[in-house]
Amino acid sequence: MDRKVVVPGDLLSEEAKRSGEGTYVLNGSVYSLLYGLANFRDKINVIPLSGKYIPGTGDNVIGVVKDITFSNWIVDINSPYDGLLHISEFPKRINSEDMSKHLRIGSSIMARVKDVDPTMKVELTLNDRKLGHIKAGRVIEISPTRVPRLIGKGGSMISMLKKELNCSIFVGQNGRIWIHGGAEDTDLALKTITLIEKEAHTNGLTDRVVAYLKKEKGARS
Amino acid sequence: MIAMDETDISFFKDGLRLDGRKADQLRPVKIEVGVLARADGSCYIEMGGNKVIAAVYGPREVHPRHLQEVTRAIVRYRYNMASFSVEERKRPGPDRRSNELSKVSREALEPVILTSFFPRSVIDVFVEVLQADAGTRTAGINAAAVALADAGIPMKSMISSCAAGKVADTIILDPMKEEDNFGQADLPIAMTPTGEITLMQMDGGLSPDEFHQAVELAMKGARDIYELQRAALVKKYSQMTEPGREEVHACD
Repeated sequence: MDRKVVVPGDLLSEEAKRSGEGTYVLNGSVYSLLYGLANFRDKINVIPLSGKYIPGTGDNVIGVVKDITFSNWIVDINSPYDGLLHISEFPKRINSEDMSKHLRIGSSIMARVKDVDPTMKVELTLNDRKLGHIKAGRVIEISPTRVPRLIGKGGSMISMLKKELNCSIFVGQNGRIWIHGGAEDTDLALKTITLIEKEAHTNGLTDRVVAYLKKEKGARS
Repeated sequence: MIAMDETDISFFKDGLRLDGRKADQLRPVKIEVGVLARADGSCYIEMGGNKVIAAVYGPREVHPRHLQEVTRAIVRYRYNMASFSVEERKRPGPDRRSNELSKVSREALEPVILTSFFPRSVIDVFVEVLQADAGTRTAGINAAAVALADAGIPMKSMISSCAAGKVADTIILDPMKEEDNFGQADLPIAMTPTGEITLMQMDGGLSPDEFHQAVELAMKGARDIYELQRAALVKKYSQMTEPGREEVHACD
């Protein structure tokens, strides 16, 4: 795979059709918008090295309730924009006055972004079996730009982790990750995820993580 | 501005400047990326005697609320000189000069930032001058551009900035304090690597011919600085991966 560090304004290609994420086209040529790693495939994508989480429809996120209004929970989703969870998006029918009984200020939730409008009003939902209030486990935070690496191509990394670590893991696109399992497994999961975050832009990471897990588990038994 | 014949300063000695530079030579530049852990992006720059630190926060929620724009992010730029940055203690806080520099510097950077990606948010840029030696606005803009890139903010290109001046009827690059204070002109510019100028100011007097010569020289300086900004960003990336690799080996 052909990869290169680029800075904003770098010329990436002279074929406009190869413009992918993190790039723009000017006079038929493709330039980088970001400081990051350029991936030269059919399309050229630039993966940023840092940046804030910008919500997109369909993203899974982990949020913390920070306020309650008449019919919405206002949720901090580690982004410049707050998430809004409407009372009707709660899995069961509840009354407005009972809202704080189900989710209080400070409650953590696993949610999905239902819709984002052009003014960046972010609507969340809890209507899915794997979503809901977080009652047990641990939540850690990594840089949102490293989340794709943690998931891996087609989910290869995260499914390997779930299997090897014997934990439930929920990855929020906003860089928050929920881990639930035995104490030792959770500790190892935490260490592994920190490792992945630190080495996010190196090649052959999945193989190295497998080796790391094997060694750590070997040391335990 | 003091005319040449009223001063007894000689700006050249054996064809070299007071600090031994040629007329078209920059002062030594040092750029470090990611020096502040709490900021989203940061940069420390030394350009000769100038020492400037820039921090970028955002995009983030706008406070106070009434400043927010529905369709785009706003950019705030604060240029500030530390009270100890100059020989005579500077009274702390914003003044007419730093307000003006904040405005022109913001306008130098704003055209390349894709503000439409982040409606209803703000990108804050803070530039602190720790030590001043003529050309702090150019150093500030250079540092701010690198800090913006480091923060992962989408930009059409980098911005590089450099000044040219005139002393003893000679056009020089990157004037230092003595040349700025007692010279005949100072012309700072900021531009993209492709030569689109986003800032140009002038203090003193230049003939049309001298002006063109000075702009050419300042643009050459800015292009050199662009290469240094680039190199600093690339270096940060390699540092990010290297120590990590060692740690994995240590695990073996």
